[in-house]
Amino acid sequence: MVNLYAIKDHILERNLFVRRIVSAFIVISLLTTGLIVRLMYLQIVGHEHYSSLAKDNSIKIVPLVPTRGMIYDRHGKVLAENTPSYSLEIIPEQVTDIDDTLHRLQTLLDVSDEEIVQYQKLRKRQKRFVSSPLLLSMNDEQLAKFAVARPYFPGVDIHRQLVRHYPYGDLAAHVVGYVGRINEAEMKELPIAEYRGSSHIGKLGIELSYENDLHGKTGYAEIETNVQARLLNTLNEVNPQPGSNLYLTLDIDLQKTAYDALAGFNGAVVAVDLKTGGVLVFVSRPGFDPNPFVMGISNDDYEALQSNENQPLYNRALRGLYPPGSTVKPFVALAGLEYEAITADQKLFCPGYYQLPGVTHKYRDWKKGGHGAVDMNQAITESCDVYFYRLAATLGIDNMVSFMQKFGFGEKTGIDLVGEKTGLLPTREWKREKKNQAWYPGETLITGIGQGYLQVTPIQLAKAIAGLANQGKIITPFLVDKVVSAQGTFPGAAFNYHNVTVKTEDVNSVIAGMVNVVHSARGTAKGINKNISYQIAGKTGTAQVLGIKQNAKYDEDSIDFKYRDHALFVSFAPVDDPKIAVVVIAENGGHGGSVAAPIAGQVIKQYLEGNHEN
Amino acid sequence: MKTETRHEQFEAPSVLGTFLRKLHIDIPLFIGLLLACLLSLIILYSAGSQDMDVLIRQSGRVGLAFFLMILLAHIDPYQFKRYATILFSMGILLLIAVLIMGQISMGAQRWLDLGIFRFQPSEMIKLTTPMMIAWYLAEYSMPPKAKQLFIASILIIIPTLLIAKQPDLGTALLVASSGAGVLFFAGLSWWIMGGIVAFLAALTPIIWHFMHDYQKARVLTLLNPEADPLGRGYHIIQSKIAIGSGGIYGKGWLGSTQSELEFLPESSTDFIFAVFAEEFGLLGCLGLLILYLLIIARCMYIASQAQDTFSRLLASSLAFTFFVYVFVNIGMVIGILPVVGVPLPLISYGGTSIVTLLAGFGILMSIHTHKKFR
Repeated sequence: MVNLYAIKDHILERNLFVRRIVSAFIVISLLTTGLIVRLMYLQIVGHEHYSSLAKDNSIKIVPLVPTRGMIYDRHGKVLAENTPSYSLEIIPEQVTDIDDTLHRLQTLLDVSDEEIVQYQKLRKRQKRFVSSPLLLSMNDEQLAKFAVARPYFPGVDIHRQLVRHYPYGDLAAHVVGYVGRINEAEMKELPIAEYRGSSHIGKLGIELSYENDLHGKTGYAEIETNVQARLLNTLNEVNPQPGSNLYLTLDIDLQKTAYDALAGFNGAVVAVDLKTGGVLVFVSRPGFDPNPFVMGISNDDYEALQSNENQPLYNRALRGLYPPGSTVKPFVALAGLEYEAITADQKLFCPGYYQLPGVTHKYRDWKKGGHGAVDMNQAITESCDVYFYRLAATLGIDNMVSFMQKFGFGEKTGIDLVGEKTGLLPTREWKREKKNQAWYPGETLITGIGQGYLQVTPIQLAKAIAGLANQGKIITPFLVDKVVSAQGTFPGAAFNYHNVTVKTEDVNSVIAGMVNVVHSARGTAKGINKNISYQIAGKTGTAQVLGIKQNAKYDEDSIDFKYRDHALFVSFAPVDDPKIAVVVIAENGGHGGSVAAPIAGQVIKQYLEGNHEN
Repeated sequence: MKTETRHEQFEAPSVLGTFLRKLHIDIPLFIGLLLACLLSLIILYSAGSQDMDVLIRQSGRVGLAFFLMILLAHIDPYQFKRYATILFSMGILLLIAVLIMGQISMGAQRWLDLGIFRFQPSEMIKLTTPMMIAWYLAEYSMPPKAKQLFIASILIIIPTLLIAKQPDLGTALLVASSGAGVLFFAGLSWWIMGGIVAFLAALTPIIWHFMHDYQKARVLTLLNPEADPLGRGYHIIQSKIAIGSGGIYGKGWLGSTQSELEFLPESSTDFIFAVFAEEFGLLGCLGLLILYLLIIARCMYIASQAQDTFSRLLASSLAFTFFVYVFVNIGMVIGILPVVGVPLPLISYGGTSIVTLLAGFGILMSIHTHKKFR
């Protein structure tokens, strides 16, 4: 390096530095003088002007907060409303003996000492003519008692305010979401004028996704006050515009059926209206009660929710990632037909396992001893793994993946909720990039039966199965049907769809197999075909939580509940005129056929046979 | 070691002097800072609606900050030089971590939650950036050559952009000026400085393009605050009314009507100068500015007495950044600069800024009290 030989001239450097210090101080002094000049301008020249403005500040602009829009289900049942809450407030100036008043209120209304102390603190901080609350929300008994005794309490009054309330509690918390107090970070990003006076904002679910529609437009009143800020007169008012009401596609009764049916399991149920693409059921279990979040949930309660091992705050329907298991087989079968890797009648032999050429590893079928020679219909009906290993090997990973992508695997569905996950549709490129490894042929096989890297969300699976039921018309699922405001009724979410070109006869071959899953004697979900007047097409799935060793046997009874397989079921009905698609995922449910399918069966039955007109 | 101590005793025979030197405290600077912090508590009492809780909380923070300052004053400046690169790289990594975490939680995020307290890596960067640049330039002879200037600029731009992305324009500005300060004191030619100013002026439209909507709105508001009185202009209009109505002598302590009546928002934090100006008038403002200038002058003196290039550059840059703090905050409150989130140093309510500021002064004291020879 040159600098090894360059001798530092210390004297020169020091002088240079001192010169710089001096110039810096000159610049600093000049800039400070600038500040002083400006201050002199404001405080000497402008003093009179600003003093009169300060007095004129007696005209104050008070924001008028709009009422938040309501949220309804498809039949007009209220999912989120604004309920009045009553607080007891005191204006110290109008009270002759504050201590006596507080004492009498305490005996009358059973006010705790803590609340009294809290109030005293608040009172000391505020002006004597400002009303401050003693009780934030009064119960009916307190309201009645005070109403009678009111004449004896001058300066004490009941104030009404609106508080967001979710009548269905945990049932729809993951869809509707909740509002909470605006925090500092949100404050910075919000339009200041629009939110002046607003205390709450949507934090999750529809409340968050449709915040702009629900909030409304803030109005204001110009009021005249005197120097102590006492209200004298209202000069001018611009009324607020209340927030729009939202009508969801959700059917809360159907949601309840699904939610109750899933009791005992963590998991998700999603049902889609096949005519419109609207989401009918969006269950994530366990749910949580959104109501405490509105006024601020206590740290302990929040901590308890967060550390609960069942993760009630986790929206499984939107964000849960699951291996789809055998529920992908209809799509792999369809891909096989479209790429002409197989015909529907062609039989493949299943000895109970499959080996890749030159590899000793046995890819096992779930049925020991195998299914024998099966065609596509039988393979779907009995969920033959070997058939799909062989089909996947013939198709190859590239064809399989590019076909499934068209049905929405591996990408967000575009539903009108914030926070959706993309899932994972593994490709050669993905593996090269993420794992820095080549794609192995064995991985193609297990992708063909929905295991391995493949991951889907329940809403993704619902979109895909709805697309199959609709002969390749893939509709973006949505929750908000209508936005109703004073200006009129507007459509909610944008209606989007695309068509995947598939041959009707191919789709029908696959659906025929899915019908047999439910309606044939060998079907894996034959338990749900009793007492129904329509046909259901379905497919069971079992997603492994635990890897099983080559020669070990999976024994359900001896395994810990949390390591038990996830049970999945995808379905739609009626087959001749599809109206509803249902996806069920019961975590650690064991078998799709015995656990998940009956839940879907109940939802379908209620939707098709229930009392609702549509 | 022993001989050194004896030598010191010859130099400073007074017991108090020896004691203070051992404490590594620079008395003039210490007194100035203490005065400013006392002033802060007095004005906070008024601006914070006379709430004792606010005072107690702020006193706790000030105490902690002073403790950290004295702690840093005990570290030999050679150690700052030695660990400059590591501290700087750590800060950059933490900034990236915060950005990634912010993206996960889908919102602006500036801090890492360490359980006991929240830590803002951008605060650490305020100190480590000038340290890094000073370390880098100190290797070469002054004034720096084009290649060194280029590398130093890159080192300044990286943290600045990372912080601006959070987005925290105020802190980004402070970090950039702390680095630029080092370059200036290293002897950056006036011609180049002129060129950079011209370049930045040409770059303005591009910067404008990349600014967030709310940042743009703040600049527009400065140009015409009356256009949006209910929204963004509100701050500036109200703060000018508060300052102007204070006049020469002010309305007296606790006499502010504007903050009392809650016309003036953020009266305890970024806009506290408006309350000060309203209550203590022009004379009070002059007093405060003089106190600031004295603190800066003492820091500059410390820089001029420093014994090596690294210490000189670091000390002078810290002093310069302190002035930028003052200028940007007061400039914004009196309506000549856009509203960026920079608190009034040593006075505004809040913990993070005072801790970082006093940590900087701790480094200055360390530089002044660890001289190898006199």
